[in-house]
Amino acid sequence: MINIEIDGKQIETDNGSTVIEAAHKAGIAIPHFCYHKKLSIAANCRMCLVQVEKAPKPLPACATPVTEGMKIFTHSDQAVKAQKGVMEFLLVNHPLDCPICDQGGECMLQDMSVGYGAGHSRYHEEKRVVLGKDIGPLVSAEEMSRCISCTRCVRFGQEVGGQMELGQAFRGEHAEIISFVSSTVDSELSGNMIDLCPVGALTSKPFRYKARSWELSRRRSVSAHDSLGSSLAVHTKNNQVLRVLPIENEAINECWLSDKDRFAYEGLNTPDRLTKPMIKQDGKWLEVEWQVALEYAANALRHIANGAGAEQLGALTTGGSTLEEMYLLQKLVRGMGSDNVDFRLRQADFSADGKQQGAPWLGMAVADFSRADRLLIVGSFLRKDHPLLAARIRQAVKKGLQVSVIHSVDDDLLMPVAHKTVVAPNALVSTLAQLAQAVTAKQTEGMAGSLVSGERVAVMLGNFAQQHPQAAQLHTLAQQIASATKGKLGFLGEAANSVGGYLAQAKPSATGLNASSMLSNPRKAYVLLNVEPELDCANPQQALAAMQGADTVIALTAYKHKALDYADVLLPIAPFTETSGTFVSAEGRVQSFKGAVKPLGEARPAWKVLRVLGNLLKVEGFEFDTSEAVRDEVLKGVDVASNLNNTLAGVEVQATSAASGMQRVSEVPIYATDAIVRRSAPLQATADASTPQVWMHSEELNNIGVKSGMNVKVMQGSGSVKLACHADDKLPKGVVRVAAGHPATAALGAMFGEITVERA
Amino acid sequence: MNTLIKFFKPFLLLELLKGMSVTGKYFFARHITVEYPEEKTPQSFRFRGLHAQRRYPNGEERCIGCKLCEAVCPALAIKIEVAERADGSRRTTQYDIDLTKCIFCGFCEESCPVDAIVETRVFEYHGEKRGDLYYTKEMLLAVGDKHEAQIAQDRASDAKYR
Repeated sequence: MINIEIDGKQIETDNGSTVIEAAHKAGIAIPHFCYHKKLSIAANCRMCLVQVEKAPKPLPACATPVTEGMKIFTHSDQAVKAQKGVMEFLLVNHPLDCPICDQGGECMLQDMSVGYGAGHSRYHEEKRVVLGKDIGPLVSAEEMSRCISCTRCVRFGQEVGGQMELGQAFRGEHAEIISFVSSTVDSELSGNMIDLCPVGALTSKPFRYKARSWELSRRRSVSAHDSLGSSLAVHTKNNQVLRVLPIENEAINECWLSDKDRFAYEGLNTPDRLTKPMIKQDGKWLEVEWQVALEYAANALRHIANGAGAEQLGALTTGGSTLEEMYLLQKLVRGMGSDNVDFRLRQADFSADGKQQGAPWLGMAVADFSRADRLLIVGSFLRKDHPLLAARIRQAVKKGLQVSVIHSVDDDLLMPVAHKTVVAPNALVSTLAQLAQAVTAKQTEGMAGSLVSGERVAVMLGNFAQQHPQAAQLHTLAQQIASATKGKLGFLGEAANSVGGYLAQAKPSATGLNASSMLSNPRKAYVLLNVEPELDCANPQQALAAMQGADTVIALTAYKHKALDYADVLLPIAPFTETSGTFVSAEGRVQSFKGAVKPLGEARPAWKVLRVLGNLLKVEGFEFDTSEAVRDEVLKGVDVASNLNNTLAGVEVQATSAASGMQRVSEVPIYATDAIVRRSAPLQATADASTPQVWMHSEELNNIGVKSGMNVKVMQGSGSVKLACHADDKLPKGVVRVAAGHPATAALGAMFGEITVERA
Repeated sequence: MNTLIKFFKPFLLLELLKGMSVTGKYFFARHITVEYPEEKTPQSFRFRGLHAQRRYPNGEERCIGCKLCEAVCPALAIKIEVAERADGSRRTTQYDIDLTKCIFCGFCEESCPVDAIVETRVFEYHGEKRGDLYYTKEMLLAVGDKHEAQIAQDRASDAKYR
């Protein structure tokens, strides 16, 4: 600690911090543009010039380290003169188009010029013009004349996003921010550049001209699209969500937000939103009153339960539903005498059920990733499934974290990876078993050596590992590795409320059927909450067949989707912006939120719909007035932390890799994970949301006689699709990579297993 | 003595004459009452009457939908919706002024960066039923089109004081 003086105020600060950090810590504002606490120091805007005693010229506060006894003046004549001068130069080329600029009202340059600029301009010559660029559907770079060359966006790409998609080209007055040879910005974190841009050069494309910052009401909410539980603010006007921005939360999302969380709102009010309850009569859909639809649904359920028996009843939901919704759904189904309820729709292996001591979770806090020194990631499309966690790990790698990866594809994580093993999915168990053996034997080389030498080790199982047909065995092996290295074992988590699903008991106990067996042994009646079976299930063929074969399907959904073909009742429910609820994030953080806007049309929060259904079916214990009352019934007096436990016992590992034919590897594309994201037009226009293609090793392509770029016929189970194929020599041989969860591949079968590809 | 003067003075009708002299003075003085509606008072070029939306000489509407007038309006009389027009420019899709709310303070005119919303010299307008004084964008543009010559002249007269 050293002592300095700023504007006559004595301040004690860390040795090695800069003047601007010390000032901000002491609550003294120093104007700045290019400085950002999460980015490296560029010192190119010169706005933060301050006077330092004994220094002949003003110094940039962001790049000047503090020294003992330093005396700094932020408002002295010299400092003010410097700030005024810099401000004047910045405004020389900045267009005076604040009235039509989307940044107007929340613009750093506007604020600074009011605070530190002159009242008038002395510049009457022509201003420079920089042509706008099209850098993709999310970020608008139409007005690059507004750029003040702070290079925050460039540094963000290099340091946080991991890929330098924007750069500054040319010099002096000709300097401009461009993307590499007119390509688009495809980072899954690109939206943060909008927040970072201190002027209106980079703005949100979907939000363009929608509203002024002062017109918007801000409502606190929680991310509903990945397992991190990012804090976010939903900005609304006239009962409509107009944009979503991050709320700074150092423990979770720092000050960032993934594009998925930021732009998913565009899918909220699409034309296919279900706004009135509907029932199907004589093959035709009728819009009816709530009372009619609810009674129709209750009668249908009662009919099945009394006639065919309660065990013919199945309920499916997804990890994107709130804790309250899941709890009431399972309570309703159990109240009717059935135990068939599940939310783990993409899971294939349920042999860990009953053998695991608690709900699978991250095993540690999100912030602990920044302190870990060894990390093993098994089966995860990390960047696409957990964009912000990947950014945090990227920062940790810079501080010495060694990342090891075992996976079936070799996607670029945009960070140095110490060791990686890429094997076909059927060889994952044997590969992990070898590693477990090597780690137990304290080997000093390779991946095992890296893990053994660590002090704070984390072993993470990704979505791919969790959806793997031998998930329980992978879990057991990962547990062995974690215990041999005294590390933490965790699941990265599939959806916003995957942990909450376990706490709400939305999974079968001993007697019931799980998601997979509920579809392979078709039931007579299904209740679907927030589910699009052909996109959300591990095996879409099977799911669709089960739905089409059922006597009654009651779909609680926010959208009119394929359920129109097979459902009997559609009950319009409210997505997360329109209902109150609770999400339990992967790290076990219980976060309740309130609705930001009123439900659209006659849609109602799902917990209310389920409550009334419960009353109509005369199930006991459905007298809830608020969602908080439901939450309290689940969580009151419950120590959430003690319910989270990854310890698994009694699963036998059979490291057999006998499999014939080509093996399918499938990810759920980043913008196909849930119903809202799938309908967000700007996200669907990104490169990440392009139609799935078939990826194979070039030798495998040669074997079937096709060239990269040609169409192939992909067959699995009873279905087939035609897709373009491409060579990826980083894939192991014998593997076909085809994305799941997408309408273009919904005709295929399970996410894993044998698949046939032939020339189309 | 004083008592006597006090008693007889009223009989001289001095107060009456004094009063009548005032009446007489104004009887012959120049008349300042105007015979509205045949006659009208002169107006300042800063007169704040009925609102108008202006156009540029090429017919393009001036308003760019910055919403500063909406933000500054103390009576919350203005409502604006904005969208991107096909040519990419920022334009209003709705621009309404509720003249029953308006207090004619002129802040909207003051805040407008492109002199689009102005208050004209027109003060003789009325509505016969509720809602007649709710002026939409089309109505405001029509007012502007009708009085553009006068509006432009008034802005020019005021320019040297700004």
